[in-house]
Amino acid sequence: MIEILQNITFTPFIISFKLATITAFILFLFALPLAWYLSQTHSKVKPFIEAVTALPIVLPPSVLGFYILWAFSYDAPLGRFFEDIFGVKLAFSFTGLVIASCFYSLPFMVQPLQSGFESLNKNMLEASYIAGKSKFVTLFKVALPNIKPSLLTALIVTFAHTVGEFGVVLMVGGSIPSQTKVASVAIYDMVEMMDYTAAHIYSAIMLIISFVVLLGVYIFNAKATRRFGL
Amino acid sequence: MIQLKLTKALLGAEGAMHLEAAFEIQEGEFIALSGKSGSGKTTLLRILAGLEDADGSIQVSGKSWLEHTKKLPPQKREIGFVFQDYALFNNMTIEQNLLFVANDKKLAAHLLELSELDALKDRYPQSLSGGQQQRVSICRALMKRPKILLLDEPLSALDPTMRTKLQNELLTLHKEFNTTTIMVSHDPSEIYKLASRVIELENGKIIRDGAPKEILLKTQGSQKFSFEGELLEIKKVDVIYIAIVAIGQQLVEIVVSKEEQKQLKVGTKVTISTKAFQPTISY
Repeated sequence: MIEILQNITFTPFIISFKLATITAFILFLFALPLAWYLSQTHSKVKPFIEAVTALPIVLPPSVLGFYILWAFSYDAPLGRFFEDIFGVKLAFSFTGLVIASCFYSLPFMVQPLQSGFESLNKNMLEASYIAGKSKFVTLFKVALPNIKPSLLTALIVTFAHTVGEFGVVLMVGGSIPSQTKVASVAIYDMVEMMDYTAAHIYSAIMLIISFVVLLGVYIFNAKATRRFGL
Repeated sequence: MIQLKLTKALLGAEGAMHLEAAFEIQEGEFIALSGKSGSGKTTLLRILAGLEDADGSIQVSGKSWLEHTKKLPPQKREIGFVFQDYALFNNMTIEQNLLFVANDKKLAAHLLELSELDALKDRYPQSLSGGQQQRVSICRALMKRPKILLLDEPLSALDPTMRTKLQNELLTLHKEFNTTTIMVSHDPSEIYKLASRVIELENGKIIRDGAPKEILLKTQGSQKFSFEGELLEIKKVDVIYIAIVAIGQQLVEIVVSKEEQKQLKVGTKVTISTKAFQPTISY
Protein backbone atom coordinates (compact mmCIF):
# COMPACT_ATOMS: atom_id res chain seq x y z
CA MET A 1 0.00 0.00 0.00
CA ILE A 2 2.73 2.42 1.02
CA GLU A 3 4.66 1.46 -2.06
CA ILE A 4 1.71 2.25 -4.27
CA LEU A 5 1.26 5.64 -2.62
CA GLN A 6 4.94 6.44 -3.07
CA ASN A 7 4.72 5.74 -6.76
CA ILE A 8 1.86 8.12 -7.30
CA THR A 9 2.65 11.68 -8.24
CA PHE A 10 0.52 14.32 -6.56
CA THR A 11 1.47 17.12 -8.94
CA PRO A 12 -2.04 17.22 -10.50
CA PHE A 13 -3.49 17.98 -7.05
CA ILE A 14 -1.04 20.78 -6.51
CA ILE A 15 -1.93 22.23 -9.93
CA SER A 16 -5.65 21.91 -9.12
CA PHE A 17 -5.30 23.76 -5.81
CA LYS A 18 -3.01 26.40 -7.26
CA LEU A 19 -5.52 27.00 -10.04
CA ALA A 20 -8.45 27.13 -7.61
CA THR A 21 -6.70 29.51 -5.20
CA ILE A 22 -5.67 31.94 -7.92
CA THR A 23 -9.11 31.75 -9.56
CA ALA A 24 -10.95 32.37 -6.27
CA PHE A 25 -8.69 35.35 -5.52
CA ILE A 26 -9.06 36.99 -8.93
CA LEU A 27 -12.80 36.30 -9.06
CA PHE A 28 -13.32 37.80 -5.60
CA LEU A 29 -11.72 41.08 -6.69
CA PHE A 30 -13.81 41.13 -9.86
CA ALA A 31 -17.10 39.77 -8.50
CA LEU A 32 -17.29 41.90 -5.35
CA PRO A 33 -18.01 45.21 -7.13
CA LEU A 34 -20.20 43.41 -9.66
CA ALA A 35 -22.32 41.69 -6.98
CA TRP A 36 -22.58 44.96 -5.02
CA TYR A 37 -23.66 46.83 -8.15
CA LEU A 38 -26.25 44.18 -9.03
CA SER A 39 -27.65 44.20 -5.50
CA GLN A 40 -28.06 48.00 -5.43
CA THR A 41 -29.14 48.86 -8.95
CA HIS A 42 -32.63 49.16 -10.39
CA SER A 43 -31.21 49.61 -13.87
CA LYS A 44 -32.82 47.97 -16.88
CA VAL A 45 -29.55 46.24 -17.80
CA LYS A 46 -29.54 44.27 -14.53
CA PRO A 47 -31.37 41.16 -15.85
CA PHE A 48 -29.10 41.20 -18.88
CA ILE A 49 -25.94 41.19 -16.74
CA GLU A 50 -27.44 38.57 -14.44
CA ALA A 51 -28.25 36.29 -17.36
CA VAL A 52 -24.73 36.60 -18.79
CA THR A 53 -23.24 35.93 -15.35
CA ALA A 54 -25.33 32.80 -14.88
CA LEU A 55 -24.56 31.37 -18.34
CA PRO A 56 -21.69 29.11 -17.20
CA ILE A 57 -24.13 27.21 -14.96
CA VAL A 58 -26.34 26.09 -17.83
CA LEU A 59 -23.92 25.99 -20.77
CA PRO A 60 -22.30 22.63 -21.44
CA PRO A 61 -18.60 22.91 -20.48
CA SER A 62 -17.71 21.89 -24.00
CA VAL A 63 -19.53 24.93 -25.42
CA LEU A 64 -17.83 27.22 -22.94
CA GLY A 65 -14.49 25.50 -23.60
CA PHE A 66 -14.94 25.83 -27.34
CA TYR A 67 -15.64 29.57 -27.20
CA ILE A 68 -12.77 30.13 -24.81
CA LEU A 69 -10.39 28.19 -27.06
CA TRP A 70 -11.54 30.29 -29.98
CA ALA A 71 -11.06 33.48 -27.96
CA PHE A 72 -7.51 32.38 -27.07
CA SER A 73 -6.51 31.82 -30.68
CA TYR A 74 -4.46 34.41 -32.57
CA ASP A 75 -7.52 35.20 -34.72
CA ALA A 76 -9.44 36.56 -31.73
CA PRO A 77 -8.65 39.91 -30.03
CA LEU A 78 -7.99 38.37 -26.58
CA GLY A 79 -5.52 35.78 -27.86
CA ARG A 80 -3.80 38.32 -30.10
CA PHE A 81 -3.55 40.83 -27.23
CA PHE A 82 -1.89 38.33 -24.89
CA GLU A 83 0.47 37.03 -27.54
CA ASP A 84 1.50 40.44 -28.90
CA ILE A 85 1.83 42.23 -25.57
CA PHE A 86 2.95 39.50 -23.17
CA GLY A 87 4.19 36.89 -25.60
CA VAL A 88 1.95 34.32 -23.93
CA LYS A 89 0.04 31.65 -25.82
CA LEU A 90 -3.13 31.20 -23.77
CA ALA A 91 -4.36 27.91 -25.18
CA PHE A 92 -2.91 24.88 -23.41
CA SER A 93 -1.14 27.00 -20.79
CA PHE A 94 -1.70 27.54 -17.06
CA THR A 95 -2.48 31.24 -17.58
CA GLY A 96 -5.14 30.20 -20.07
CA LEU A 97 -6.56 27.78 -17.50
CA VAL A 98 -6.85 30.57 -14.93
CA ILE A 99 -8.74 32.81 -17.36
CA ALA A 100 -11.02 29.95 -18.42
CA SER A 101 -11.71 29.04 -14.78
CA CYS A 102 -12.62 32.65 -14.01
CA PHE A 103 -15.36 32.47 -16.62
CA TYR A 104 -16.44 29.01 -15.58
CA SER A 105 -16.70 29.79 -11.83
CA LEU A 106 -17.98 33.38 -12.12
CA PRO A 107 -21.62 32.63 -11.09
CA PHE A 108 -20.46 30.71 -8.03
CA MET A 109 -18.74 33.84 -6.74
CA VAL A 110 -21.26 36.46 -7.85
CA GLN A 111 -24.51 34.80 -6.84
CA PRO A 112 -23.85 34.11 -3.12
CA LEU A 113 -22.38 37.61 -2.70
CA GLN A 114 -25.30 39.24 -4.52
CA SER A 115 -27.96 37.39 -2.55
CA GLY A 116 -26.05 38.18 0.64
CA PHE A 117 -26.06 41.89 -0.19
CA GLU A 118 -29.72 41.76 -1.21
CA SER A 119 -30.72 40.16 2.09
CA LEU A 120 -29.17 43.03 4.06
CA ASN A 121 -31.55 45.44 5.74
CA LYS A 122 -31.68 48.43 3.35
CA ASN A 123 -32.16 50.75 6.32
CA MET A 124 -28.84 49.61 7.73
CA LEU A 125 -27.04 50.73 4.57
CA GLU A 126 -29.02 53.98 4.56
CA ALA A 127 -28.08 54.55 8.19
CA SER A 128 -24.46 54.33 7.10
CA TYR A 129 -24.98 56.87 4.29
CA ILE A 130 -26.71 59.20 6.73
CA ALA A 131 -23.76 58.76 9.08
CA GLY A 132 -21.77 60.38 6.27
CA LYS A 133 -20.10 57.23 4.98
CA SER A 134 -19.51 56.75 1.27
CA LYS A 135 -20.75 53.71 -0.66
CA PHE A 136 -17.19 52.36 -0.62
CA VAL A 137 -16.82 52.60 3.18
CA THR A 138 -20.34 51.22 3.62
CA LEU A 139 -19.47 48.22 1.45
CA PHE A 140 -16.37 47.30 3.41
CA LYS A 141 -17.35 48.37 6.94
CA VAL A 142 -21.05 47.52 7.02
CA ALA A 143 -22.18 45.34 4.11
CA LEU A 144 -19.33 42.82 3.87
CA PRO A 145 -18.95 42.13 7.63
CA ASN A 146 -22.68 41.47 7.82
CA ILE A 147 -22.69 38.84 5.08
CA LYS A 148 -19.79 36.72 6.39
CA PRO A 149 -21.60 33.42 5.74
CA SER A 150 -22.32 34.42 2.12
CA LEU A 151 -18.76 35.62 1.70
CA LEU A 152 -17.35 32.33 2.95
CA THR A 153 -19.79 30.34 0.82
CA ALA A 154 -18.79 32.31 -2.27
CA LEU A 155 -15.06 31.79 -1.69
CA ILE A 156 -15.23 28.13 -0.77
CA VAL A 157 -17.74 27.10 -3.42
CA THR A 158 -15.74 28.92 -6.10
CA PHE A 159 -12.60 27.18 -4.91
CA ALA A 160 -14.28 23.76 -4.76
CA HIS A 161 -16.03 24.25 -8.08
CA THR A 162 -12.74 25.14 -9.77
CA VAL A 163 -11.05 22.07 -8.28
CA GLY A 164 -13.96 20.03 -9.57
CA GLU A 165 -14.11 21.39 -13.12
CA PHE A 166 -13.34 18.94 -15.88
CA GLY A 167 -14.74 19.69 -19.32
CA VAL A 168 -13.45 23.22 -19.68
CA VAL A 169 -9.95 22.43 -18.38
CA LEU A 170 -9.68 19.42 -20.64
CA MET A 171 -10.58 21.48 -23.70
CA VAL A 172 -8.64 24.63 -22.84
CA GLY A 173 -5.67 23.16 -20.99
CA GLY A 174 -5.31 19.76 -22.55
CA SER A 175 -3.49 17.33 -20.35
CA ILE A 176 0.12 18.48 -20.22
CA PRO A 177 1.81 16.88 -17.17
CA SER A 178 3.09 19.35 -14.55
CA GLN A 179 1.52 22.25 -16.46
CA THR A 180 -2.15 21.87 -17.14
CA LYS A 181 -2.96 18.35 -15.99
CA VAL A 182 -5.24 18.91 -13.01
CA ALA A 183 -6.54 16.19 -10.67
CA SER A 184 -9.88 15.67 -12.41
CA VAL A 185 -8.21 15.28 -15.81
CA ALA A 186 -5.59 12.98 -14.29
CA ILE A 187 -8.34 10.66 -13.03
CA TYR A 188 -9.87 10.60 -16.52
CA ASP A 189 -6.48 9.64 -17.98
CA MET A 190 -5.99 6.92 -15.36
CA VAL A 191 -9.37 5.36 -16.09
CA GLU A 192 -8.63 5.50 -19.82
CA MET A 193 -5.36 3.65 -19.19
CA MET A 194 -7.22 1.25 -16.87
CA ASP A 195 -5.00 2.22 -13.91
CA TYR A 196 -7.87 1.72 -11.46
CA THR A 197 -5.72 1.69 -8.30
CA ALA A 198 -4.45 5.20 -8.93
CA ALA A 199 -7.94 6.33 -10.02
CA HIS A 200 -9.35 4.97 -6.77
CA ILE A 201 -6.80 6.80 -4.63
CA TYR A 202 -7.23 10.07 -6.54
CA SER A 203 -11.00 9.86 -6.45
CA ALA A 204 -11.06 9.05 -2.73
CA ILE A 205 -8.83 12.05 -1.99
CA MET A 206 -11.12 14.32 -4.04
CA LEU A 207 -14.19 12.96 -2.31
CA ILE A 208 -12.79 13.44 1.19
CA ILE A 209 -11.47 16.95 0.52
CA SER A 210 -14.75 18.05 -1.04
CA PHE A 211 -16.77 16.69 1.85
CA VAL A 212 -14.56 18.23 4.54
CA VAL A 213 -14.65 21.62 2.81
CA LEU A 214 -18.45 21.61 2.51
CA LEU A 215 -18.87 20.38 6.08
CA GLY A 216 -16.64 23.22 7.26
CA VAL A 217 -18.75 25.79 5.41
CA TYR A 218 -22.01 24.52 6.87
CA ILE A 219 -20.63 24.38 10.42
CA PHE A 220 -19.32 27.93 10.13
CA ASN A 221 -22.60 29.21 8.69
CA ALA A 222 -24.59 27.62 11.50
CA LYS A 223 -22.32 29.28 14.07
CA ALA A 224 -22.42 32.67 12.34
CA THR A 225 -26.20 32.50 12.14
CA ARG A 226 -26.41 31.95 15.86
CA ARG A 227 -23.98 34.74 16.68
CA PHE A 228 -25.27 37.50 14.44
CA GLY A 229 -28.81 36.25 14.10
CA LEU A 230 -28.43 36.78 10.37
CA MET B 1 -34.62 77.97 10.06
CA ILE B 2 -35.72 75.24 7.68
CA GLN B 3 -37.84 75.96 4.63
CA LEU B 4 -39.44 73.20 2.63
CA LYS B 5 -41.38 73.14 -0.60
CA LEU B 6 -41.75 69.72 -2.14
CA THR B 7 -43.67 67.86 -4.79
CA LYS B 8 -43.42 64.22 -5.71
CA ALA B 9 -45.69 61.75 -7.48
CA LEU B 10 -46.43 58.82 -5.22
CA LEU B 11 -48.27 55.57 -5.26
CA GLY B 12 -50.32 55.86 -2.09
CA ALA B 13 -52.81 53.65 -0.33
CA GLU B 14 -55.55 54.64 -2.76
CA GLY B 15 -53.70 54.70 -6.06
CA ALA B 16 -51.57 57.48 -7.50
CA MET B 17 -51.33 60.69 -5.53
CA HIS B 18 -49.23 63.80 -5.34
CA LEU B 19 -47.15 64.71 -2.35
CA GLU B 20 -47.26 68.47 -1.99
CA ALA B 21 -45.87 70.00 1.14
CA ALA B 22 -44.61 73.46 1.95
CA PHE B 23 -43.82 74.63 5.46
CA GLU B 24 -41.24 76.31 7.63
CA ILE B 25 -39.65 74.95 10.76
CA GLN B 26 -38.06 77.03 13.50
CA GLU B 27 -34.84 75.83 15.05
CA GLY B 28 -35.40 73.62 18.08
CA GLU B 29 -39.00 72.79 17.22
CA PHE B 30 -40.34 69.30 17.88
CA ILE B 31 -42.75 68.46 15.09
CA ALA B 32 -45.03 65.47 14.97
CA LEU B 33 -46.02 64.28 11.52
CA SER B 34 -49.31 62.45 11.69
CA GLY B 35 -51.88 61.07 9.30
CA LYS B 36 -53.20 57.79 8.01
CA SER B 37 -50.75 55.24 6.71
CA GLY B 38 -49.98 55.82 3.07
CA SER B 39 -50.46 59.56 3.40
CA GLY B 40 -46.82 60.31 2.59
CA LYS B 41 -45.31 60.85 6.05
CA THR B 42 -42.40 58.45 5.72
CA THR B 43 -41.71 59.62 2.17
CA LEU B 44 -41.54 63.21 3.38
CA LEU B 45 -39.02 62.17 6.02
CA ARG B 46 -36.96 60.22 3.51
CA ILE B 47 -36.90 63.17 1.10
CA LEU B 48 -35.62 65.35 3.93
CA ALA B 49 -32.91 62.78 4.59
CA GLY B 50 -31.95 62.68 0.92
CA LEU B 51 -32.86 59.01 0.61
CA GLU B 52 -35.52 59.73 -1.97
CA ASP B 53 -35.76 62.09 -4.92
CA ALA B 54 -38.27 64.89 -5.18
CA ASP B 55 -38.83 68.18 -6.92
CA GLY B 56 -38.77 71.41 -4.97
CA SER B 57 -36.46 73.05 -2.51
CA ILE B 58 -35.14 72.44 0.97
CA GLN B 59 -33.23 75.24 2.68
CA VAL B 60 -31.60 74.54 6.01
CA SER B 61 -30.19 77.61 7.75
CA GLY B 62 -29.21 79.19 4.47
CA LYS B 63 -27.81 76.03 2.92
CA SER B 64 -29.56 74.37 0.01
CA TRP B 65 -30.26 70.65 0.40
CA LEU B 66 -32.54 70.41 -2.58
CA GLU B 67 -32.88 72.77 -5.51
CA HIS B 68 -35.30 71.68 -8.19
CA THR B 69 -34.25 68.02 -8.62
CA LYS B 70 -30.60 68.55 -7.72
CA LYS B 71 -30.12 67.09 -4.27
CA LEU B 72 -27.37 67.09 -1.72
CA PRO B 73 -26.49 63.45 -0.95
CA PRO B 74 -27.50 62.11 2.48
CA GLN B 75 -23.82 61.94 3.43
CA LYS B 76 -23.54 65.73 3.27
CA ARG B 77 -26.75 66.59 5.13
CA GLU B 78 -26.44 67.08 8.83
CA ILE B 79 -29.19 64.74 9.89
CA GLY B 80 -29.85 61.93 12.28
CA PHE B 81 -32.37 59.29 11.29
CA VAL B 82 -34.05 56.76 13.55
CA PHE B 83 -35.68 53.89 11.69
CA GLN B 84 -38.71 51.98 12.87
CA ASP B 85 -36.71 48.75 12.75
CA TYR B 86 -33.64 50.24 14.49
CA ALA B 87 -31.26 49.32 11.60
CA LEU B 88 -28.22 48.98 13.85
CA PHE B 89 -24.92 47.71 12.46
CA ASN B 90 -25.01 44.10 13.63
CA ASN B 91 -21.30 43.54 13.12
CA MET B 92 -20.37 46.26 15.63
CA THR B 93 -20.78 46.54 19.38
CA ILE B 94 -23.11 49.18 20.79
CA GLU B 95 -20.23 51.58 21.38
CA GLN B 96 -18.77 50.90 17.94
CA ASN B 97 -22.18 51.65 16.41
CA LEU B 98 -21.99 55.13 17.90
CA LEU B 99 -18.31 55.71 17.15
CA PHE B 100 -18.81 54.65 13.52
CA VAL B 101 -20.91 57.78 13.02
CA ALA B 102 -18.44 60.12 14.72
CA ASN B 103 -15.27 59.20 16.55
CA ASP B 104 -16.21 61.16 19.66
CA LYS B 105 -15.72 58.91 22.68
CA LYS B 106 -16.84 61.57 25.14
CA LEU B 107 -20.17 62.20 23.42
CA ALA B 108 -20.74 58.45 23.00
CA ALA B 109 -20.13 57.85 26.69
CA HIS B 110 -22.42 60.74 27.59
CA LEU B 111 -25.26 59.52 25.37
CA LEU B 112 -24.94 55.95 26.60
CA GLU B 113 -25.06 57.17 30.17
CA LEU B 114 -28.14 59.33 29.54
CA SER B 115 -29.98 56.36 28.10
CA GLU B 116 -28.70 53.91 30.73
CA LEU B 117 -26.89 51.82 28.17
CA ASP B 118 -23.31 52.15 29.42
CA ALA B 119 -23.35 48.65 30.91
CA LEU B 120 -24.24 47.22 27.50
CA LYS B 121 -21.70 49.11 25.40
CA ASP B 122 -19.61 46.04 24.55
CA ARG B 123 -22.57 43.87 23.59
CA TYR B 124 -23.77 43.25 20.03
CA PRO B 125 -27.17 44.64 18.90
CA GLN B 126 -28.76 41.22 18.38
CA SER B 127 -28.42 40.41 22.06
CA LEU B 128 -30.43 43.49 23.11
CA SER B 129 -34.17 43.89 23.54
CA GLY B 130 -36.18 45.99 21.08
CA GLY B 131 -36.39 48.92 23.46
CA GLN B 132 -32.66 48.83 24.12
CA GLN B 133 -31.90 48.64 20.40
CA GLN B 134 -34.10 51.64 19.70
CA ARG B 135 -32.31 53.64 22.41
CA VAL B 136 -28.99 52.77 20.78
CA SER B 137 -30.45 53.88 17.46
CA ILE B 138 -31.52 57.23 18.92
CA CYS B 139 -28.08 57.73 20.49
CA ARG B 140 -26.44 56.83 17.20
CA ALA B 141 -28.56 59.39 15.35
CA LEU B 142 -27.41 62.11 17.78
CA MET B 143 -23.69 61.29 17.45
CA LYS B 144 -23.23 63.65 14.50
CA ARG B 145 -24.88 66.49 16.45
CA PRO B 146 -27.38 66.76 13.59
CA LYS B 147 -29.21 69.90 12.50
CA ILE B 148 -32.39 67.85 12.15
CA LEU B 149 -33.34 64.63 13.88
CA LEU B 150 -35.80 62.52 11.90
CA LEU B 151 -37.73 59.79 13.67
CA ASP B 152 -39.84 57.36 11.65
CA GLU B 153 -42.39 55.86 14.06
CA PRO B 154 -39.53 55.12 16.42
CA LEU B 155 -41.59 53.66 19.24
CA SER B 156 -44.37 51.87 17.40
CA ALA B 157 -42.77 48.43 17.71
CA LEU B 158 -42.45 48.66 21.49
CA ASP B 159 -44.77 47.75 24.33
CA PRO B 160 -46.63 50.55 26.18
CA THR B 161 -44.33 50.64 29.23
CA MET B 162 -41.19 50.83 27.13
CA ARG B 163 -42.87 53.46 24.98
CA THR B 164 -43.55 55.73 27.92
CA LYS B 165 -39.99 55.30 29.14
CA LEU B 166 -38.52 56.13 25.75
CA GLN B 167 -40.87 59.08 25.30
CA ASN B 168 -39.42 60.55 28.48
CA GLU B 169 -35.94 59.84 27.24
CA LEU B 170 -36.63 61.54 23.92
CA LEU B 171 -37.90 64.53 25.84
CA THR B 172 -34.74 64.62 27.98
CA LEU B 173 -32.51 64.35 24.92
CA HIS B 174 -34.45 67.03 23.09
CA LYS B 175 -34.12 69.38 26.06
CA GLU B 176 -30.39 68.77 26.30
CA PHE B 177 -29.44 68.91 22.62
CA ASN B 178 -32.27 71.17 21.41
CA THR B 179 -32.15 69.43 18.05
CA THR B 180 -34.88 70.32 15.59
CA THR B 181 -36.90 67.13 15.48
CA ILE B 182 -39.49 65.70 13.13
CA MET B 183 -41.21 62.54 14.30
CA VAL B 184 -43.77 60.41 12.51
CA SER B 185 -46.29 59.21 15.06
CA HIS B 186 -49.85 57.95 15.30
CA ASP B 187 -50.16 58.03 19.04
CA PRO B 188 -52.01 61.16 20.28
CA SER B 189 -50.64 60.91 23.81
CA GLU B 190 -47.14 60.59 22.46
CA ILE B 191 -47.61 63.59 20.19
CA TYR B 192 -49.13 65.64 23.00
CA LYS B 193 -46.30 64.78 25.34
CA LEU B 194 -43.40 65.43 22.99
CA ALA B 195 -44.34 67.71 20.16
CA SER B 196 -44.72 71.47 20.07
CA ARG B 197 -46.42 71.35 16.69
CA VAL B 198 -48.41 68.83 14.70
CA ILE B 199 -48.57 68.59 10.94
CA GLU B 200 -51.27 66.28 9.65
CA LEU B 201 -51.05 64.82 6.16
CA GLU B 202 -53.78 63.34 4.07
CA ASN B 203 -53.20 61.98 0.57
CA GLY B 204 -49.92 63.82 0.37
CA LYS B 205 -51.30 67.23 1.36
CA ILE B 206 -51.05 69.07 4.64
CA ILE B 207 -54.57 69.33 6.04
CA ARG B 208 -53.80 70.70 9.47
CA ASP B 209 -50.83 72.43 11.06
CA GLY B 210 -50.81 73.77 14.58
CA ALA B 211 -50.28 73.21 18.28
CA PRO B 212 -51.10 69.70 19.53
CA LYS B 213 -53.76 71.13 21.82
CA GLU B 214 -55.71 72.64 18.94
CA ILE B 215 -55.43 69.62 16.71
CA LEU B 216 -55.70 66.71 19.07
CA LEU B 217 -58.39 67.81 21.49
CA LYS B 218 -61.58 66.94 19.69
CA THR B 219 -63.93 69.27 21.52
CA GLN B 220 -66.58 70.98 19.50
CA GLY B 221 -69.18 73.42 20.74
CA SER B 222 -69.69 73.37 24.47
CA GLN B 223 -69.03 69.68 25.05
CA LYS B 224 -66.80 68.98 27.97
CA PHE B 225 -66.16 65.35 27.28
CA SER B 226 -65.89 63.81 23.90
CA PHE B 227 -64.63 60.39 22.90
CA GLU B 228 -64.47 58.76 19.55
CA GLY B 229 -65.28 55.08 19.45
CA GLU B 230 -66.59 52.24 17.37
CA LEU B 231 -70.20 51.14 17.70
CA LEU B 232 -70.11 47.38 18.27
CA GLU B 233 -73.72 46.43 18.98
CA ILE B 234 -77.19 47.80 19.81
CA LYS B 235 -79.22 45.68 22.26
CA LYS B 236 -82.85 46.05 23.19
CA VAL B 237 -83.35 45.73 26.93
CA ASP B 238 -86.99 45.89 27.99
CA VAL B 239 -88.11 49.27 26.65
CA ILE B 240 -84.75 50.90 26.11
CA TYR B 241 -81.88 50.38 23.73
CA ILE B 242 -78.25 50.02 24.80
CA ALA B 243 -75.36 50.74 22.46
CA ILE B 244 -72.04 49.03 23.15
CA VAL B 245 -69.17 51.29 22.10
CA ALA B 246 -65.42 50.53 22.11
CA ILE B 247 -63.38 53.56 23.15
CA GLY B 248 -59.72 52.68 22.97
CA GLN B 249 -59.30 49.51 24.99
CA GLN B 250 -62.50 49.98 26.93
CA LEU B 251 -66.13 49.02 26.24
CA VAL B 252 -68.92 51.27 27.45
CA GLU B 253 -72.71 51.05 27.44
CA ILE B 254 -74.77 54.05 26.35
CA VAL B 255 -78.53 54.30 26.61
CA VAL B 256 -80.11 55.39 23.34
CA SER B 257 -83.70 56.07 22.44
CA LYS B 258 -85.69 54.15 19.85
CA GLU B 259 -85.40 57.03 17.36
CA GLU B 260 -81.66 57.43 17.93
CA GLN B 261 -80.90 53.77 17.43
CA LYS B 262 -82.54 53.87 14.00
CA GLN B 263 -79.88 56.33 12.81
CA LEU B 264 -76.94 54.39 14.20
CA LYS B 265 -75.11 51.76 12.23
CA VAL B 266 -73.08 49.01 13.86
CA GLY B 267 -69.39 49.16 12.89
CA THR B 268 -69.22 52.92 12.31
CA LYS B 269 -67.31 55.59 14.21
CA VAL B 270 -69.39 57.44 16.80
CA THR B 271 -68.70 60.25 19.20
CA ILE B 272 -69.73 59.96 22.82
CA SER B 273 -69.99 63.28 24.60
CA THR B 274 -71.58 64.83 27.62
CA LYS B 275 -72.18 68.36 28.72
CA ALA B 276 -75.10 68.34 31.08
CA PHE B 277 -73.51 66.64 34.03
CA GLN B 278 -70.63 67.54 36.22
CA PRO B 279 -68.22 64.70 35.58
CA THR B 280 -66.33 63.07 38.39
CA ILE B 281 -62.89 61.60 38.07
CA SER B 282 -61.91 58.46 39.87
CA TYR B 283 -58.88 56.19 39.93
